[in-house]
Amino acid sequence: MRGPAEGRRSPQACDWPACAQKIVGHIEDSLCSTAIPQVTQALSVLTTAFGHCHGLWTQGLWVRLSPLVARLLEKDPVPASHSLVDLLLSVARSAPSSDRGLWETLAQTLSHLSPTQAGPLALGILKLQDCPQALRTQAFGILLQPLACVLEAAAQAPGPPGLLEGAAGDSMTVDTLLSSKSACVGLLCCALAHLGLLQPLPQRPSPWPQAPLLGAAVTILRLCSGSAAPTSDVGGRLCAILVGCGRVQRAALDFLGALSQGTGPQELVTQVFSVLLEYLVSPESSSMVLKKAFQATLRWLLSSPKTPGCCDLDPHTQLFLTELLPVLQKRLCSPCWEVRDSGLEFLTQMTRHWGGQAGFRQALLASEVPELTKQLLRDPESYVRASAVTATGQLSSWGLCASPECPGAQQESLLVELLHILSTDSEGFPRRAVMQVFTEWLRDGHADVAEDAERFVAGVLQAASRDLDWEVRAQGLELALVFLEQLLGQRGSHCPYAVALPETAPPGVLAQALQVLCRVQLFEFAFRALFDCDRPVAQKSCDLLLFLRAKAAPCGSPQEAGDSPNVASVEATLQRWQAGEQGQPLGYLEPGAVVALLRSVDLEGLRDTLAESSDHVEKSPQSLLQDMLAAVGVLGENEADCY
Amino acid sequence: MKLYCLSGHPTLPCNVLKFKSTTIMLDCGLDMTSTLNFLPLPLVQSPRLSNLPGWSLKDGNAFLDKELKECSGHVFVDSVPEFCLPETELIDLSTVDVILISNYHCMMALPYITEHTGFTGTVYATEPSVQIGRLLMEELVNFIERVPKAQSASLWKNKDIQRLLPSPLKDAVEVSTWRRCYTMQEVNSALSKIQLVGYSQKIELFGAVQVTPLSSGYALGSSNWIIQSHYEKVSYVSGSSLLTTHPQPMDQASLKNSDVLILTGLTQIPTANPDSMVGEFCSNLSQTVRNGGNVLVPCYPSGVIYDLLECLYQYIDSAGLSSIPFYFISPVANSSLEFSQIFAEWLCHNKQTKVYLPEPPFPHAELIQTNKLKHYPSIHGDFSNDFRQPCVVFTGHPSLRFGDVVHFMELWGKSSLNTVIFTEPDFSYLEALAPYQPLAMKCIYCPIDTRLNFIQVSKLLKEVQPLHVVCPEQYTQPPPAQSHRIDLMIDCQPPAMSYRRAEVLALPFKRRYEKIEIMPELADSLVPMEIKPGVSLATVSAVLHTKDNKHILQPPPRPAQPTGGKKRKRASDDIPDCKVLKPLLSGSIPVEQFVQTLEKHGFSDIKVEDTAKGHIVLLQEAETLIQIEEDSTHIICDNDEMLRVRLRDLVLKFLQKF
Repeated sequence: MRGPAEGRRSPQACDWPACAQKIVGHIEDSLCSTAIPQVTQALSVLTTAFGHCHGLWTQGLWVRLSPLVARLLEKDPVPASHSLVDLLLSVARSAPSSDRGLWETLAQTLSHLSPTQAGPLALGILKLQDCPQALRTQAFGILLQPLACVLEAAAQAPGPPGLLEGAAGDSMTVDTLLSSKSACVGLLCCALAHLGLLQPLPQRPSPWPQAPLLGAAVTILRLCSGSAAPTSDVGGRLCAILVGCGRVQRAALDFLGALSQGTGPQELVTQVFSVLLEYLVSPESSSMVLKKAFQATLRWLLSSPKTPGCCDLDPHTQLFLTELLPVLQKRLCSPCWEVRDSGLEFLTQMTRHWGGQAGFRQALLASEVPELTKQLLRDPESYVRASAVTATGQLSSWGLCASPECPGAQQESLLVELLHILSTDSEGFPRRAVMQVFTEWLRDGHADVAEDAERFVAGVLQAASRDLDWEVRAQGLELALVFLEQLLGQRGSHCPYAVALPETAPPGVLAQALQVLCRVQLFEFAFRALFDCDRPVAQKSCDLLLFLRAKAAPCGSPQEAGDSPNVASVEATLQRWQAGEQGQPLGYLEPGAVVALLRSVDLEGLRDTLAESSDHVEKSPQSLLQDMLAAVGVLGENEADCY
Repeated sequence: MKLYCLSGHPTLPCNVLKFKSTTIMLDCGLDMTSTLNFLPLPLVQSPRLSNLPGWSLKDGNAFLDKELKECSGHVFVDSVPEFCLPETELIDLSTVDVILISNYHCMMALPYITEHTGFTGTVYATEPSVQIGRLLMEELVNFIERVPKAQSASLWKNKDIQRLLPSPLKDAVEVSTWRRCYTMQEVNSALSKIQLVGYSQKIELFGAVQVTPLSSGYALGSSNWIIQSHYEKVSYVSGSSLLTTHPQPMDQASLKNSDVLILTGLTQIPTANPDSMVGEFCSNLSQTVRNGGNVLVPCYPSGVIYDLLECLYQYIDSAGLSSIPFYFISPVANSSLEFSQIFAEWLCHNKQTKVYLPEPPFPHAELIQTNKLKHYPSIHGDFSNDFRQPCVVFTGHPSLRFGDVVHFMELWGKSSLNTVIFTEPDFSYLEALAPYQPLAMKCIYCPIDTRLNFIQVSKLLKEVQPLHVVCPEQYTQPPPAQSHRIDLMIDCQPPAMSYRRAEVLALPFKRRYEKIEIMPELADSLVPMEIKPGVSLATVSAVLHTKDNKHILQPPPRPAQPTGGKKRKRASDDIPDCKVLKPLLSGSIPVEQFVQTLEKHGFSDIKVEDTAKGHIVLLQEAETLIQIEEDSTHIICDNDEMLRVRLRDLVLKFLQKF
């Protein structure tokens, strides 16, 4: 059904075509039906309609159907509540903000639905751009209620006035929380998830009750760990329901992590760190809960205030760090690989951000964490090895891997060890991680790499070229590109406002660079990759060679090297490679031959071919025809018909 | 039915059940926590322990200084360690008919019961329970006997003196009943009274009850017991586990429909999940060894150690610990490791299948073969030649009061590189460590208790639905230190009945039926009459013969034939008189029809009144009442026998006779 031309008034039902009227009639009947699947279907159809069409006629449709929708709310329980919420939100997103009737329906729905059902609607309302403040307050209250109940139940003494003002736990929410474990867990997880989603949005309610929310998250986590000792009856029952519940723990830790973006009173922040540490220490924390605890801890650590006028960590963080590192140490020894893995990820992130902070460096070097991390390079689990590679790479970048006595020896051995992993590890993940570390080291000018970059690149490319994992090969090209950029200057910036760099390199630099590139056998690697069976590798190689060609534009004339027998044989080899026979090596290439080759190979054409999606053949008319012919079955007889 | 509770320890139970004229002892656990009050018995002369100052009263009176020593700020008894026995006064233990053992940890008091109480009955236990129980007893006796102690302290036990002592000695209970360890001779004698049983085997006790062991999933050969008569069923659940460890899984289905379920031996650490604790164990072990420290694991020679060794088997290579030696030191180490491999039928399915492959069920065999695990009977001898550090040592006793562990505590306690990891939950680790303080070595508490936790109990009770649950009082309230944790108690309906040491419980359970057999010839003579579709009745005249708790109905003896002349009375002639019985009546009287019948027979002025139990028919003229109730009818008239008989006959018309 197409909408009327812009500017015309909303057409009345009588103006609608017969088929539309029939559809609407059917939807009306369905909405009045007692069969829930029918109601659900009607609501879904309307949701789709309101979601996709914003014509004037939709308003007319809503005017006609809204009384029927409102009537659904009178039933107890409200049928198809999920679909109803979807519909109302869909309508609210497309309706003008002046539609009072709609806001009233939304308010009514919020109060009719059970706390669990009302959550998604409340979140949807709070995400709307224009919405009456009263409705927003009501919706926010619904999201806050479960947490208010928990705070109230767990309070040792009556809480300060105004705690989650306007959202004091109502009896319905308390009943839901205490009715069964699944209801309680469901409601709390939804509330936490919804508030977590709301937190970073610009349209989140203001003022945002950061402190009570922090208190609630901490309380929930304590109830779940059994460390809270509520005195009230409701608190005791909540504790019995929640203790050891991994789902709520995960949701609360996620929420706590989201809250790190805001500030809070120091006392509460201390509580946050203490509960996080409790979770990190506790042997009862499952691997998933630990992962979330590590993530939340990282977020809180990174958001902790810096001491004014000093680049070092504040005393609280420093103190926390001294307690945290022994825990991390123990976690890195865990028999559960997921735990070792999340511990390493945490370490990597922490080092990435704090590698330069003296306090962090001191604490880390005093611990056994760097040594343990290195030992995990030989972990039996490939994911852990991969994370250990990334972590040691990061530690090494900040000079945190080496013992102060003989830094050189330690670093070199790490380089050798990573190269060993790259060439021998049976799993792809650690090899990919090594390539990423090497690329980063090269880019950042890691001391040991910078010492003899040429040898380093040659070794890495040699190992990567033989790798069966396409991601390793692709990462090899990434490393090659970094190397190229270091030799020849940056690629053209994608930023339109950046100062344009000269496209070509000065001839002297170029000749020298080409010599180096030939020595590290970068071309062999790149040309082999050009005909790689994995498209992303070929694409990356194509880009790299195009970049190189652009840089090499002024170097020599096409005829000079192009006619040499060397180039002819290389071209022949390349053709064989393209045909899939990649056994023969390219042999040593002269810079001149390389430039000639770059010109002779149709890189643009190749790029265009590669740019086509892998299913372009299937989508082509030729393929369609073949499909049709195949479907018809007897090719010969029906050929004429198809044409 | 009565339950005599002889032990207050929930995981080391000792109860006596009186049921249908049998007296059954359920387990005889030995509370060894009393040994924590004693000084450790060092295997190697310890200058520290042998030169401790004697303790004197506040007023300086030092008469106890030979018996009590001050060590690390605590007072300990300097004597051979003693154990707290089950109550022996509550019931005459010589009357106990049988003792049912549920697992090897719950039989450690057996020699005290079988050898010193006049016990003459039989003990029933599974083979692994007996064999491993023997190992535990042997180890205990060995640990204590190889460090002979000249003196035995008894002065301090005097109640008036005990009052003056510092805690925890002051608060120790039943000290007068504490006894020294038994001898190997007593152990052998006690074990000789055991009869071996297999899972699901039905054992008749005097024809009165049948007892059956069921797999409880906790340890090799561990059992729960069903004690049942024809119409009553008591389940005894002790030390059960639903986790997948080495033993056969728990048989839950057979516990269904119990009248009473006695529930003991739940996990002692309900807040610690065994899996997490194993993880913690491995992490700490690895961390210590990587730092060049030694790890000491005080443990029993059987049980969790098998699972720990299996975990380590999987873990050591991945953690880069392949070169670290693992030592298992116990006088029974060799037997324990070998026994575990031969009890195939008592193992979990996974391990049972390995028996058919050329590999042993437990991987510790491979650890031994590859020299990663070495076992020794003691620290003396070969061990001292092979000993290499850093290493991991598994040795007993978990109380840290005797056994080779005492030596390692003295040896390694001063270095912070070393770690002691407590995995057995039976002893408070802080109390165990008290005589070794101050201690530099790290102490990690990872109690691994695979027995049921409260969530599992709650599911189990929902599943098996016993009419009544009986359990130690500790399970009916949250732990004292965590009074808000209402999830850490048994929650069932009707609420569980609780017991404590030295209490006698009358179980809420009445016997209603008894099975009686009918002899075939008597059954032949019966003439059933169908009183309603599917229900037939017959009257039986017979003699009830009861012997060995079996009841049999035999045909009544024929009336004595006149023997003519000779009248000699013999015992067999002394038979009960068989009176001619009146027929039995059945059916109900429809009041309206009855009234109509009365009217037909000339009664008038009839009034009917409804009562709570039936009706009263009042014949006003005749001044007679007929009270009709569900199971009785009374005719009350004033000395008019004729009238009564007439009315009776009218009533009888409505009833069936047979």
